[in-house]
Amino acid sequence: MTNLRITTSPDRVRALLRLLPGAIGIALVAYALLAGGYLISVVSFGLIYAIFVTGLNLFMGYTGQVSFGQNAFAAISGYASAILTATYGWEPLLATATGLAGALAVALVVGYPTLRLKGHYLAMATLAIGLIAYEVAVQWQSVTQGYMGISGVPPLGIAGFEITSERGNLLFLAAIAALGVTAAALIRHSRVGRAMAAIAGSEDAARALGIDVARYKLLAFLIAAVYAALAGSLFVHVVGFVSPEVFGLHMVNLAFTMLYVGGIGTVMGPLVGAVVIMLLPETFRAFKDYQDLAYGAALILLLIYAPRGLASLADLLRRRAGEGRRA
Amino acid sequence: MIRLRLEGLTRRFGGLVAVDSVTLDVAAEGVTAVIGPNGAGKTTLFNMISGFVPPSAGRVLFEGEDITGRPPERIAARGLIRTFQLVQLFQNLSALENVAVGRHLHTRGGLWAALARPGWARREEAEVDRRARDLLAFVGLGDRAETSAAVLPYGQQRLLEIARALAAEPKLLMLDEPAAGLNAAETRALSEIIRRIAERGTTVLLIEHDMPLVMTTADTVVVLDFGRKIAEGAPAAVRADPAVIEAYLGGAEAAHA
Repeated sequence: MTNLRITTSPDRVRALLRLLPGAIGIALVAYALLAGGYLISVVSFGLIYAIFVTGLNLFMGYTGQVSFGQNAFAAISGYASAILTATYGWEPLLATATGLAGALAVALVVGYPTLRLKGHYLAMATLAIGLIAYEVAVQWQSVTQGYMGISGVPPLGIAGFEITSERGNLLFLAAIAALGVTAAALIRHSRVGRAMAAIAGSEDAARALGIDVARYKLLAFLIAAVYAALAGSLFVHVVGFVSPEVFGLHMVNLAFTMLYVGGIGTVMGPLVGAVVIMLLPETFRAFKDYQDLAYGAALILLLIYAPRGLASLADLLRRRAGEGRRA
Repeated sequence: MIRLRLEGLTRRFGGLVAVDSVTLDVAAEGVTAVIGPNGAGKTTLFNMISGFVPPSAGRVLFEGEDITGRPPERIAARGLIRTFQLVQLFQNLSALENVAVGRHLHTRGGLWAALARPGWARREEAEVDRRARDLLAFVGLGDRAETSAAVLPYGQQRLLEIARALAAEPKLLMLDEPAAGLNAAETRALSEIIRRIAERGTTVLLIEHDMPLVMTTADTVVVLDFGRKIAEGAPAAVRADPAVIEAYLGGAEAAHA
């Protein structure tokens, strides 16, 4: 009997560890709802970023490609939302849908030639896309109002029912983020997800098994663009304001940090990373002048002790238990 | 019946002729082995047949159809599946998932099927799982299904790559040095597996250095030397062929003179 318990308990522990990120996430949203105030905003932004990073993870983690330019798609949809509602008085939902379609169209046109590139070249090309989007937002003043940005963007809602309270926003964003993560998990564990993972593993072997590598790379890029666009529009409607800086390089920087801290290639990693990276600086507020230093030190420690991200800590514990052996 | 026909297949890399006008018929039945000293052009020949390297001249006919210069994924879809000299597993996936990827050509679930999971897609996934487990058992890896491909010992990685290729239900299976890095016992087991694959009606074309494996497994042996075909026939006849002995032991004869 004791033997049996010893052999089964790691499995149970592992299963629990796998559920842990989700459970903590729900607890956090609940806590923020009760506590109210500033924490609601921080967690809300964390959830918006979680959607963005979940898409980035599909392209980078599952499919093994690189993109520094996903902010372009957030910018396209975000600006479409802002301009169509604030300037032309459209319904927010319709404006968001139009923004998503526009971002998808641009991703198709840009992705088709770009995805022939590999590694560093792809990284540079995507970086350029992000920079171009930023410059357009700055220079096309008649439409985007340049650095000034566009304010007075209405909140999301349908036919008069608007989400006006911060708590309402938080719940809505939590639901969208949960849907986004679930969709990513469904894709990962499907024929499409396997083809993407195969490309990440070995493009030659994938082709030798009949996988159209170019097609699946493009598909992953398009899905990632939709996630980015959705995050962009949500941000604009929640904050009520957009400017070029919102979707600048800072967004890329933050998203990459979230992806690696949370765990690239894992299903829950983007959500965990996004929320943790949003909360981390707030946690160190007590350090006052040393807040940035503490944040940086925490990041380094995280990457040293959880190199594959927080979401894969379960695997790490399993390795520590001496079960997994590397060849 | 002829499964694969090569007509004057040639590949030049700059001034080097890696494969020099090779003409060859591969019968649908049995195991054909391509042997030859290092640098004889065997892998280049494989790369041209499977579409990874375009030929400089010549044609590749698969079941009578010209597939010369088609991209690898299109050739794979035609029923010609290869493995690699340096094992190319999906290290990020489990053994089971690796074989499941091999089912790609025979399944059709797209993005919608992944998200909505209609009945047919769930049945398709169940079938993929069942077949993948069967194939793992076939190559003797039935108990390693959940193991990450990256941590399997080398010999098992080779077998896993073969199971993954079989999942694509090839008409022609091309194995690039499947015994490289295997010990004697593993090589014997591999020989057994290759024979069983051929008996199930799959044409097997293999490149091999391991002579015991070739002699016990192949029905026909083709010898390449400096990119040229110098002999072809039953294993025993080829082994006795003076040209082949010269190619392999040429240095020794020169020493006699």
